[in-house]
Amino acid sequence: MENHTDAHIVPYKMYLYILGGLIMLTLISVAVTEIEFGEFSVLVALVLASIKATLVLIYFMHLKFDNKILQIMVPAIFILVALVIIIVFLDYNYR
Amino acid sequence: MDTSTTITHDEHRDDEASKLGMWLFIFTELLLFAGLFIVYGVYRYENQEAFHSAGKELSVPIGTINTVILLISSATIAMASSAIRFKNKKLTIRLLVVTLLMALIFMVNKYFEWTGKIEHGYLPGTDTLMNMEQGKVLFYGLYFFMTGLHALHIIVGVILITIVVIRVNKNTLSDENPVLLDNAGLYWHLVDLIWIFLFPLFYLIA
Repeated sequence: MENHTDAHIVPYKMYLYILGGLIMLTLISVAVTEIEFGEFSVLVALVLASIKATLVLIYFMHLKFDNKILQIMVPAIFILVALVIIIVFLDYNYR
Repeated sequence: MDTSTTITHDEHRDDEASKLGMWLFIFTELLLFAGLFIVYGVYRYENQEAFHSAGKELSVPIGTINTVILLISSATIAMASSAIRFKNKKLTIRLLVVTLLMALIFMVNKYFEWTGKIEHGYLPGTDTLMNMEQGKVLFYGLYFFMTGLHALHIIVGVILITIVVIRVNKNTLSDENPVLLDNAGLYWHLVDLIWIFLFPLFYLIA
């Protein structure tokens, strides 16, 4: 197991690149909401937040380098939670 | 799996299981906040005008600064996980201390933000807020509850990371057994993840 974990030491540089990307996305989402998108501004903000969340999950939370069980389970749970939220809203909207 | 037979230490531990346990805990946290996001969504849908005008009163610059602060702290604790594996104790502690400092700055910002809102009479349960329109009562109720619950997680994270710093300093946590640092990192990234969604929902969609 020791060898197993040693093989996946992530270089510091990669975290800095991801951090740069995340800060960029944050600034973009602030800039985008300054523009009037009307109905779509909610959607745009949530899409950008989801991209940021995905970056955090894959790189900061190490999913890219984890074992298969986590690589399958974590996205599955997140998709499940997203589906629960979406279905609740569909139900609420068309009631 | 075959390498597990080579471990001859008397200490029994399973790092993969520890990590899996941390993830299971994160899933429960996810459900807790998902419920709150649903409540937010429905109330927002019912009180669009009020949520818009109330959201405008939150400071976008402070929200953006706090987002960047949390992102930096997430990066530094992730780098600490690498640093401890490179056997660089000094850098590990430095990165963790930076993480703690960022958390502190976040809380100070939050304190000023909250006191500002409380001075305006937006604290849930006070007469001034109760006399305002329904949508505003709901918005600030959710604002204080969700950011408050998030801030509570920050405090727990600070305690956890402090324990990690102490253990790294005493050499009881090293590249041989870095799983507590990894799990503290996972928890801290969860706090970051939640804020990534709280920030646009409260500060930006106005």
